Amino acid sequence: MIRFARVTKTYSSGTGALRDVSFHVPKGQFVFLTGHSGAGKSTILSLISAHEAPTSGEVRVAGLNVHTLGAGEVPKLRRRLGIVFQDFRLLEYRTAEENVAFALEVTGVPERMIPGRVTRALTQVGLAGKARAYPHEMSGGEQQRVAIARALVNDPPIILADEPTGNLDERATKGVFQLLRDINAGGTSVIMATHNLDLVRETHYRVLELKQGEIVYDSADEPGEEDL
Amino acid sequence: MRLVTREVLLSFRRTPLLSSLSVAAIAFALFTTGLYFLVSLNFRSALEGLAERVEVVAFLMRGTPAESVTLASQDIAAFPEVESVDFVSEDQALARARVELEEFREAYQDLATNPLPASLEIRLKPPYRTAEAAGAVADRLAGYPFISDVRFGRDWVQRLDRIRRLATVVQLVIGLAFALVAVATIGVTIRLTVLQRAREIAIMRLVGATNAFIRSPFLLEGALKGLLGGVLALLLCWASFSAFRTGLGAELVDLQFFSGGEMLLMAGFGTLLGLVGSLLSVGRHLKAV
Repeated sequence: MIRFARVTKTYSSGTGALRDVSFHVPKGQFVFLTGHSGAGKSTILSLISAHEAPTSGEVRVAGLNVHTLGAGEVPKLRRRLGIVFQDFRLLEYRTAEENVAFALEVTGVPERMIPGRVTRALTQVGLAGKARAYPHEMSGGEQQRVAIARALVNDPPIILADEPTGNLDERATKGVFQLLRDINAGGTSVIMATHNLDLVRETHYRVLELKQGEIVYDSADEPGEEDL
Repeated sequence: MRLVTREVLLSFRRTPLLSSLSVAAIAFALFTTGLYFLVSLNFRSALEGLAERVEVVAFLMRGTPAESVTLASQDIAAFPEVESVDFVSEDQALARARVELEEFREAYQDLATNPLPASLEIRLKPPYRTAEAAGAVADRLAGYPFISDVRFGRDWVQRLDRIRRLATVVQLVIGLAFALVAVATIGVTIRLTVLQRAREIAIMRLVGATNAFIRSPFLLEGALKGLLGGVLALLLCWASFSAFRTGLGAELVDLQFFSGGEMLLMAGFGTLLGLVGSLLSVGRHLKAV
């Protein structure tokens, strides 16, 4: 589903760079990306979502070579990804259901199909009752659930989550993490960057640990070889 | 399309201040430009009015037979430069002199014989109301044996020529400067709108919106603001024009406002500016992020 082959990314600032990173995430796997700030976790997610291009090496996502995508194909790639951030990135002047519907509208889904899919996504994250609420009327955990509903609504095979629980209290963290686990149980690959080692220890999901731009630990033991 | 329209309305509703400000900025930029063109338009029409007075007068020798004059008149009327030829007889010349030259009325009253010659007054077509063309006509007229003298006020026609040429250049340069300032103002205003919505653009890209999709509401919004600004500018121009005319007294000078076509042009120019301004600033933004 996702394959990094000898990927190097350099920045003029030096932080967040990657050095010769190779790994493969098969369909349906849950993977933690761990490591200190600036170790390269977010860079990996940015490379997967084509917000960045690798300096060298190859990134393949869902059969597409991200590096060689034309400007017209990047949106197609992003529609196969659901992306969730620490700061939610919701539009404040839209209600929860409008935020979720937005992801369908911009991708040209026929209008009559939208309400049903929005309701389904909001139900899945447990927020059917808050469809008409604005982000500022919701707790952090609820806002993150709306963001996850937005990520889910296009039925992507991959969810990228960059510190999704970073801004949440313990209870909300548990809820959001459980939600991601449920989504993964449905067959969706989840790549989650996190600082929260408690979450990592709680489960037996694969862990990729980054240090200064290199993978220093892969719980699957043979990085880049396993599950080929 | 419905979605795009909804987005635009939402944007106007969400940021009424910024939207009004950008419409106002476009309106004022176009207003100053419009006002300038209005002044320029009236200046030109005043110059054209002066140019209408450019005429060539050929004085006839005493005793020229009427048939020769008639033939020559027809001949001259066929010159490409000539609009009309009027024969002024000796008697008509005297009658006119008595009316127009009041200071000499008494002198003209007691004349035993009429000292004034008959003449042909030749008016030129608009493009030929220049010193050069009038001179060429005069030279040709001088070739007729019964024409004693040809006059067309060479000096003032030449001066008029110079003023008109200068006015054209000055108007073009200043007009261009005004238009450029308008374009820059509108560009900055629209850029502000784009930056203000940078977050929204980022989210649109995140969920897989194509650049064309992201662009379209901005383009419509820019065009709409440009159109509104253009119409507002026209209203402001009309208000200043009316106030000026009332203050001046309408009978004194015949002032003109824009024609219907020119008004459409101005509204269209505003729309185009809004559209192009948006296209450039959104394009730049999309490339940068």
